[in-house]
Amino acid sequence: MAYTEEELKKQLETKEYEYGFYTDIDSETFPVGLSEEIVIAISKKKNEPKWMTDWRLDAFKIWKGMKKPSWSNLKYNEPDYQAISYYSAPKKKPNLKSLDEVDPELLKTFNKLGISIDEQKRLSGVAMDVVVDSVSVATSFKDTLEEKGIIFCSISDAIKNHPKLVRKYIGTVIPKRDNYFAALNSAVFSDGSFCYIPKGVKCPMELSTYFRINQAGTGQFERTLLIADESSYVSYLEGCTAPSRDENQLHAAVVELIALDDAEIKYSTVQNWFPGDKDGNGGVYNFVTKRGICHDRSKISWTQVETGSAVTWKYPSCVLKGNDSIGEFYSIAVTNNFQQADTGTKMIHIGKNTKSTIISKGVSAGKSQNSYRGLVKISPMAENARNFSQCDSLLMGNDCGAHTFPYIEAQNKSAQIEHEASTSKIGEDQIFYCNQRGIDTEKAIALIVNGFSKEVLNKLPMEFAVEAQKLLEISLEGSVG
Amino acid sequence: MLEIDNLHCKIDGKSILKGVNLKIKKGEIHAIMGPNGSGKSTLANVISGHEDYEVTKGSIYFDNKEINDLGVDERAHEGIFMSFQYPVEIPGVTVTNFIKTAINETRKSQGLEDMSSSQMLKKIREKANLLDMDSNFLSRSLNEGFSGGEKKRNEIFQMAMMEPKLAVLDETDSGLDIDALKIVANGVVKCSNDDNSVIVITHYQRLLDYIVPDKVHVIMDGKVVKTGNKDLAKKIEVVGYDWLKKSN
Repeated sequence: MAYTEEELKKQLETKEYEYGFYTDIDSETFPVGLSEEIVIAISKKKNEPKWMTDWRLDAFKIWKGMKKPSWSNLKYNEPDYQAISYYSAPKKKPNLKSLDEVDPELLKTFNKLGISIDEQKRLSGVAMDVVVDSVSVATSFKDTLEEKGIIFCSISDAIKNHPKLVRKYIGTVIPKRDNYFAALNSAVFSDGSFCYIPKGVKCPMELSTYFRINQAGTGQFERTLLIADESSYVSYLEGCTAPSRDENQLHAAVVELIALDDAEIKYSTVQNWFPGDKDGNGGVYNFVTKRGICHDRSKISWTQVETGSAVTWKYPSCVLKGNDSIGEFYSIAVTNNFQQADTGTKMIHIGKNTKSTIISKGVSAGKSQNSYRGLVKISPMAENARNFSQCDSLLMGNDCGAHTFPYIEAQNKSAQIEHEASTSKIGEDQIFYCNQRGIDTEKAIALIVNGFSKEVLNKLPMEFAVEAQKLLEISLEGSVG
Repeated sequence: MLEIDNLHCKIDGKSILKGVNLKIKKGEIHAIMGPNGSGKSTLANVISGHEDYEVTKGSIYFDNKEINDLGVDERAHEGIFMSFQYPVEIPGVTVTNFIKTAINETRKSQGLEDMSSSQMLKKIREKANLLDMDSNFLSRSLNEGFSGGEKKRNEIFQMAMMEPKLAVLDETDSGLDIDALKIVANGVVKCSNDDNSVIVITHYQRLLDYIVPDKVHVIMDGKVVKTGNKDLAKKIEVVGYDWLKKSN
């Protein structure tokens, strides 16, 4: 059977189309629109206690009185919030018998990422055979965690089983009225993760490992709450390098981190939501609020690799409340075709001798727009605060844009703030040089982009660094003639 | 090895090469000299296949095969290497990582597996020694913050690693002090053997004291106007190019 290129393409297109319609037929989906009744219904569906229902209702009230932010460097059609269904039962994956039934495009990507066959099956929803018993692996992880007193579960379970902890901390870092999307999330969050590391405990594994086996569902309005008690340590990785196709256009997640005295949290994200097609149709709107609070001598380190979504609006931030606390932000944002990203961080220095580091790398290709927006704020009490920021942009081609919006507010004279920025373009001379050494153009671009992003890639957990590197290559495929 | 037949080329609509003929046999070293703007570097770029240069007439044969239509990387895979007059910087990519990628991509094109790390390391050490490079040089970003001499040494290091059939050295001597010049020239001489060929493009004959050419060609206004042996280079050093212009 010989397919022509055209036929093959057509078939793939229709396949995708079919796929998109499958998940729509879900009996457990609420009617569209948002009202008090819907908020109550969500809470009820999840068997939540009254305080949680009230909390959600309060958030809903706040949200109704708020306006969508318009300060970002993004252009998109505002979603119709009354046209969205705010609750779907956990999505059923299509039940496929073998990998042969999976979209070949998807498999191609998996292979490029070097994802193992077993994991490919799991990610694409192919029934697993006995050879890999992922459940038992996950269980053994769970045992290890439990031994140490680490709580790691869905936020819904946490509300049920650890209500004191949740009630004490939820909304303390990102208040309901913080911003439009945070308020919306507070009212309707469907699920997410909860993690508590007890005093003095060093979490013995990257929580990603567990995550990847359990594939915590990534919903439309995720809520994550992570508490590292005194002198504890945890490294947490969310997301997946595998492409996430989701018909939900709007994603508004909230992530709150709490690092108590002497604790350290390393939070890494790899985001690869569907970015829309080559012509800029479809794609996910990703409006995320992420913030951590640092108590005395604690440290929060955000690392993110952003390659997906049509529109990204995201500023993982640190409130350096404690003395001698440290905030770090390492980011690579890649945009191609018609993608838009407005991302960066806020470092709020409140305690004495607080330090923050910002390394942001933006790669723009195609007709995309990539903005860094960052705030470094030194409050009057923050003696001897130090910040170092470095924002580098790499452009490919002539139709894309890179923008840097650094805001600096220093209210204490002892502050030391450094900001470095650079913009460069992948030069034809660089490509020619690589070509002359036998490296083809696509590989050359990958090499240059990886070199450009190295400082950030180095911050990722080892197991993910390699995949993230490949992900960067894939995201930029075909971006240069 | 390389045969250039009546080669004409243009860049931005402007004619640069106007009928170059050149024949280089296996094991030979040829020098190409000429005043500024005569077309020396253009010739190097055209042999490499740079797309900005439009070949309007004539052919380039490599190993008896016409390569006019081959891309830059394909020519590299065939065994053509060019040492750049101005090597580019690639931040964040180490010398080691770059050369590893270059070698493995070339091997891939020949249907070979990646070179093993131990073999690669051994080779890197050997060739780095040849050019008197210390090991921390290898972990630095490619050409970033390199001195002129380091850049050129790095080019010849890459040549030594890739073991091309034909190496085109474009003004490898420019920006080198005499000690660095000796090291670089020695490296080239040690790499050259009966099976490969070298084209040395230079302004000055001093490089040719160390890399002794079998033939010297003088290019002026896009054509080879004179071919001779190493004495021709010596004569030019003394009297310049004007006499060639008059006899032309």
